Amino acid sequence: MSINPKKHEMPTQAAAVRATNFDEVALGYDAGVAVAEAERCLDCKNRPCVEGCPVNIRIPDFISRIKVGDFEGAYKIISKSSSLPAVCGRVCPQENQCEKRCTLGIKFEPVGIGRLERFVADYHNSHDGENVEKPKSNGHKVAVIGSGPSGLTCAGDLAKKGYAVSVFEALHTAGGVLVYGIPEFRLPKAIVAKEVDTLKKLGVEIVTDVVIGKTLTIDELFEDGYEAVFIGSGAGLPKFMNIKGESLKGVLSANEFLTRINLMKAYKEGSSTPVQRARKVAVVGGGNVAMDAARSAKRLGADVTIVYRRTENELPARKEEVEHAKEEGIKFEFLTNPLEIIGDENGNAKSMICERMTLSEPDESGRARPVPVKGSEFEVEADCVIMSLGTSPNPLIRNTTNGLDVHKWGGIIVDEKTGLTSRKGVYAGGDAVTGAATVILAMGAGKTAAQAIDEYISAKK
Amino acid sequence: MFKIITKKQLNPSVTQMEIEAPLVARKAKPGQFIILRVDDEGERIPLTVAGCDLSRGTVEIIFQIVGATTEKLDRKEAGEYIEDFVGPLGVATRTDGIKNVCIVGGGVGCAIAMPVAEEFHKIGARVTSIVGFRNKDIVILEDEFKSYSDRFEIMTDDGSYGRKGNVTLPLKEMLESGEKFDMIITIGPLIMMKYVVETARPYGVPVTVSMNPIMIDGTGMCGGCRLTLNRDGKRITKFACVDGPDFDGYEVDFDEAMSRGRMYFEFERKSHEDTCNLFKAKGDDR
Repeated sequence: MSINPKKHEMPTQAAAVRATNFDEVALGYDAGVAVAEAERCLDCKNRPCVEGCPVNIRIPDFISRIKVGDFEGAYKIISKSSSLPAVCGRVCPQENQCEKRCTLGIKFEPVGIGRLERFVADYHNSHDGENVEKPKSNGHKVAVIGSGPSGLTCAGDLAKKGYAVSVFEALHTAGGVLVYGIPEFRLPKAIVAKEVDTLKKLGVEIVTDVVIGKTLTIDELFEDGYEAVFIGSGAGLPKFMNIKGESLKGVLSANEFLTRINLMKAYKEGSSTPVQRARKVAVVGGGNVAMDAARSAKRLGADVTIVYRRTENELPARKEEVEHAKEEGIKFEFLTNPLEIIGDENGNAKSMICERMTLSEPDESGRARPVPVKGSEFEVEADCVIMSLGTSPNPLIRNTTNGLDVHKWGGIIVDEKTGLTSRKGVYAGGDAVTGAATVILAMGAGKTAAQAIDEYISAKK
Repeated sequence: MFKIITKKQLNPSVTQMEIEAPLVARKAKPGQFIILRVDDEGERIPLTVAGCDLSRGTVEIIFQIVGATTEKLDRKEAGEYIEDFVGPLGVATRTDGIKNVCIVGGGVGCAIAMPVAEEFHKIGARVTSIVGFRNKDIVILEDEFKSYSDRFEIMTDDGSYGRKGNVTLPLKEMLESGEKFDMIITIGPLIMMKYVVETARPYGVPVTVSMNPIMIDGTGMCGGCRLTLNRDGKRITKFACVDGPDFDGYEVDFDEAMSRGRMYFEFERKSHEDTCNLFKAKGDDR
């Protein structure tokens, strides 16, 4: 039997249509395409894909179930390793993980593992009959801080082992970056809500409107009978460039822009959340968040340009997101660095002065260092500038938790193998530890910590 | 969901409520704030804590009806519920080492200034309070201020109550007469706080200002509440939600803060009108 050298195409909304709505871009495989794609898997012996997955999903096993049409069976296999399959199938950078290692990928395109994972999760979510089995309680309580990808994963894994898990969320909705950051067109809110519901059925308690470090401290959680605490409080304050004009009206962080649109539902018609309807938007930065902000601005009707100081080759965003952005008509100004934002007489941004860059030898991050080209200043029109330059860790927990060691830049220091912090019984993972990273890495950290917490509490018994 | 325990109208556009939120009540200190949402479609708004009752587990808030959300909140009655109520957020007002304090409040800012006066009174500091309002009809919390203050001055813009003039008038008189405050704490409209700072500047008295910028999450995530401080010749970005809301008045760039505060002015005005019209359409034309 000959192997199809290419992955089956992911059906998507046409670029011209989707650039005007917030509905999901990728539409997902149907059963026929999923089975055909699964057939491409060689089911090879050494299974390099499993190693490439931060949560070690038994990939060839679930694909084998798809081949024979047992989609529920495939879901059971995935859910043993992942608490958020419908999320991961959508937002994981598979091209750098499982699919990068795929044996088939040596000669052809790798198996579309992410697309298959998404298919299986969506199939399950549209067919399930409330059949989540609540595990038998082991009588131990664990607190999880933050309901983003690391927290939910940690909570799910512990709940499956019988722990009574409470997840404390500062905002009014569970999901963390999955609801405030990643836009509806890439990860629909209903998908996240469904995954959170599944965790609730496992017995996980979600407590919204509680800010750990303010409403309650970690010490108080221990006093309340929690035997271990996992900190998954996520990324923190947005970084700015500290250039002139950054406080003009119309200049905001990607976090603020996306929070208004996603968490506060400004993407919906008639929402009471104010969001600027800009004409010309400049997004500064080149990560996935920059792509999300740019594509959201486009959907609100703006002409959008992404300004990035290196070249397309260095863009930290996923290739797929960059491609989608281009298809939707987002423009790119590479090798460009903002110097100043110019305002009008009312303090509104109206343009941005930039300079051209050229790439020099690699810096400490290993990426080519951009250096300015003398005399290359030019002005671009922009009534809205969105800064997407990363974040620095949130100070609330470290400021209120004695004995919790943090790096100079604010990230919590942990033992990589377990996620254990400098405080007994306190574990951490995700962006609070690493600084801004990916959903799946955060999930991996949540999983590692859940394992370590289980061992820690079991050893105490 | 959080229950509204009591509701009282302080003046035609300012309302006081006690909300049942025992976890917040246990922790809240003067100067801190909470964030609330009235309903599931609503925006998050920050309001400063005006008081707490530990035994009843309630937190007191005082708000002025300025936009759609405060309008909706004001339509709620005691016994009803609001969707979200989270806090206490921000850093509490610094009180250590301050023995002689002047508290300058303006308008609804007095609701925040009052618990600060109460706190200083409790720790035995000498408290001078200067409060200002547009006119007699909107004076709030006068009795409370009087009971916590060693000296009390009330000003109105039109002279319909107390003395006529701005809060800076008695402040300047006191400073001129040689009054040595350890600290001036001012809470109110940005323009008022800016002039309090300018009044105090020649006398070198430290001034703490309470900033209330546009805010969304309130937990150090979105950066919407940022403001600029001028410190040692450098411009520094700070975030009111986690670094504030109190800042050194001499460092704050007020002009920038005032401009940023008007970012969504048009949207808010329209949204408020729509909300009012909605209530009118329901046959309620208050």
